[in-house]
Amino acid sequence: MAKVSLTVNGKNVEKDVEDRTLLVQFLREDVNLTGAHIGCDTSQCGACVVHVDGKAVKSCTMLAAQASGCEVTTIEGLSGGGDLHPVQAAFREHHGLQCGFCTPGMIMAATDIIKRHGTKLDEATVRAELEGNICRCTGYHNIVKAILDAASKMDGAAKVAAE
Amino acid sequence: MNKHMQTSSIERSTVGKGIAHDSAKKHVAGQAIYIDDMAELPGTLHAALVVSTIAHGIIKSIDAADALAMQGVHLFLTAKDIPGHNDIAPIMSGEPLFADKKIEHLGQPIGVIAADNIELAVKAAHAVKVEYEVLEPVLDVETAHERKEYVLPPQELIQGDVDAALKDAAHVFEGRLEIGGQDHFYLETQIAYTVPGEDDDMLVYSSTQHPTEVQHHVAHVLGNLANSVDVKVRRMGGGFGGKESQATIIASAAALVSHKTRKPVKLRLKRALDMTATGKRHDMVSKWRVGVDANGKILGMYVEYLARAGYSADLTGPVITRAITHTDNAYFVPNARIVGHACKTNTVSNTAFRGFGGPQGVITSEAIIDQIARELNLAPNDVRAINYYAPDNGEVTPYGQQVEQNQLVPVTEALLASADWDRRRTEIDRHNATNPVIRKGLAMMPVKFGISFNLPSLNQAGALVHVYQDGSVHLNHGGTEMGQGLFMKVAQVVAEVFQIDVDRVKITETQTGKVPNTSATAASTGSDLNGMAAFNAASAIKSRMLGVAAKHFQTDETDVTFKDNQVHAKGQSIPFSELAKLSWAHRVSLSEAGYYATPKIHWDAKTLKGRPFFYFTYGAAVAEVAIDTMTGESRCLRADILQDCGESLNPAIDLGQIEGAFVQGMGWLTCEELWWDKAGRLRTIGPSTYKIPGSRDVPPEFNVSLLNNASNIEETIFRSKAVGEPPLMLAISVYLALKDAIGSNKDRNFDLKTPATPENILSSLSGSANR
Ligand code: FES
Ligand code: FES
Repeated sequence: MAKVSLTVNGKNVEKDVEDRTLLVQFLREDVNLTGAHIGCDTSQCGACVVHVDGKAVKSCTMLAAQASGCEVTTIEGLSGGGDLHPVQAAFREHHGLQCGFCTPGMIMAATDIIKRHGTKLDEATVRAELEGNICRCTGYHNIVKAILDAASKMDGAAKVAAE
Repeated sequence: MNKHMQTSSIERSTVGKGIAHDSAKKHVAGQAIYIDDMAELPGTLHAALVVSTIAHGIIKSIDAADALAMQGVHLFLTAKDIPGHNDIAPIMSGEPLFADKKIEHLGQPIGVIAADNIELAVKAAHAVKVEYEVLEPVLDVETAHERKEYVLPPQELIQGDVDAALKDAAHVFEGRLEIGGQDHFYLETQIAYTVPGEDDDMLVYSSTQHPTEVQHHVAHVLGNLANSVDVKVRRMGGGFGGKESQATIIASAAALVSHKTRKPVKLRLKRALDMTATGKRHDMVSKWRVGVDANGKILGMYVEYLARAGYSADLTGPVITRAITHTDNAYFVPNARIVGHACKTNTVSNTAFRGFGGPQGVITSEAIIDQIARELNLAPNDVRAINYYAPDNGEVTPYGQQVEQNQLVPVTEALLASADWDRRRTEIDRHNATNPVIRKGLAMMPVKFGISFNLPSLNQAGALVHVYQDGSVHLNHGGTEMGQGLFMKVAQVVAEVFQIDVDRVKITETQTGKVPNTSATAASTGSDLNGMAAFNAASAIKSRMLGVAAKHFQTDETDVTFKDNQVHAKGQSIPFSELAKLSWAHRVSLSEAGYYATPKIHWDAKTLKGRPFFYFTYGAAVAEVAIDTMTGESRCLRADILQDCGESLNPAIDLGQIEGAFVQGMGWLTCEELWWDKAGRLRTIGPSTYKIPGSRDVPPEFNVSLLNNASNIEETIFRSKAVGEPPLMLAISVYLALKDAIGSNKDRNFDLKTPATPENILSSLSGSANR
């Protein structure tokens, strides 16, 4: 057994878990946060993406024990208690979802992409960096649109905040 | 970027608006509950399937002692533990839940094991030892056909006299096309959660497109009546046909464990097992002989399909029927003989997949047109044009249905213009003349698709609507939500009837206890059927409320109007909620079970003649591709689509369906390859080996539009048309564009297998008949 102590969406969580417990299992079963989904079991679909210390991580590729001491943010905590994060709002507005199973992972990956590229984010970059997230329903078109729109709105908001 | 057109010509308050998916807000917030997200009840067990590791043979012994000795493993059940019937065939009979003696495919369920958690259950499943007597498997359709091994008798459609037509033809061409299968790869794998109740009752949460079938089979397996089983499904993480009959396996196995243990049981398939143990799109081989006149006009054709049914019938019969009834696609074929064989192989039993045989029919049709053009050195679109259904050509299909509201010419002409066909054709030819390595291709193709289940009895639906005293509305119907936006569309219909805001309409999970005897949400008919049933229910309530309103306003019912959450007459108004309360006070029922049965359809399953479809949808696509002739790699550079959705109930949802279906069709035709080894083991059982389109594989330029002013001439729900499946076939334009690119190197016809992987493109490039 491993003692895991981390913060999830700003709250401290401490649990004893089996050594081999994956972060995604830990979040879903021990913390009851089921927004991160399991789509493939083999770290290819991206439905389970969360942020670990601010970086997008497929939570099925990481042991819960490895995340001990880290700050984890899941889709449930992305808006920080507000209504919707701009990326969440954009996915909704641009119909960037159908069955919704990929959506939490897509949004967590997208927020990281936007954070890393800021104003330089273009369509080709979004498409390239989204390659680790599979969507079977939408054909990606509306997802890409949502991400680009969110990026431009967030950039605008950042500029306003800086002024 | 997209050019999105509005289509609605009549101003409505809710129907026709691009309202977001009913659960959009929950999805983006991670709050939408799928079955695996439900809080587990105390004592929940986790189940795993034990499946065969050989493709064909006889079970000699099963030894679960080691598995059951593991701590936390509770029980193991096989065929002999089934109290009712060991049969879950959706149409025929003799398709066991668990193999009893005979193993007929690798991955066939033999039993179910239950443990404290899923990981343990899966480990225990692997620890069950099964001894087999191994038999030689039949793994391909040609061998099965030679040996006359079929799961069903052949289906044959005869129209006119093909032999005579071919004898008189100026040219007769023969061809053969290998059409690949496809895994559904819904992101949420198959899952069920079963909860035993009092008496022998069983509550089943199932990720299924067909709750009624799950209900009946669970009851059948448990040896109980249907009224002891209640099936619920709020949403699926994708279905695409894969959760039509296949969900039954999962739900029945879980229910069996619940029945024996009286405990809640969850059974979720891991991806690799989901891909191994559940059916897929039928791969087929089509062969033809087509006779044409000197101009390429079709005089007659003989087409034969060899469909891989897998080990059992499942839904193969109607899949073949739909392939046969879509072999004409958009073209008038005066003389035809079309035959479909349901070949029995020792592979998983293939099943429904978006398009349901239609795609195999349409690609065959388009491959034939393409061949005629290549052999006669004509422009493919000219060959299409002279063969289109048209008043001066012929407008009766080989199966005897009149082609009505024929939009083929307007759709293709508008699309060729908006896609700038002429200019791009010239540019691409010029490009190919000077670029030996990267070749480009361009192609257009139309799709005519018949809407309705081929079997008339399936074309019925029910809905349940309640209005409460505060004016809020409860909506339930037999359709299931798998992401396609059905729930929102039907809610829009109900909101439109009452003229209230759509958020006053509570969308509720599909439940067999509320609306019984439903059909699968399939064949693109979800909103046609359930929308109409809900419309009928809401309209009945509204007409009773009208009577109450007329009394209240002391006027005639005809003076009363519902608008903006209010009810108006004689210059006065009251809120809808007040009328609801008044109706209750007057002892007027505010609840109604609505029903709908599609009119006009009939079908003779023996001769394959009749009017199977209520109406047709029409669409067309232009695709541009580039191939690398050194590596065989390809890209779709641009796609333009025009689709007829009638008067769209929700254009945003319809556009999303078109985009998603097209990309899924591209996957089927270009990168999704199912590969079995010689022992019959599927080796493509995860996203690492089975490639579905990713964000970079879709056309960067993607222009999708809905046809304007296309009100359905049939009385469908608000004159809309179905959209779920037809656009998948528009991806055949990508296949034809690849042929166009390869053909720039060739001077006569050549074969290109699907999926057109780099290997298959290279082999077409290097085949005979190079220029
Ligand atoms: S479940 Fe983690 S990547 Fe698929
Ligand atoms: S919305 Fe269904 S997988 Fe993306």
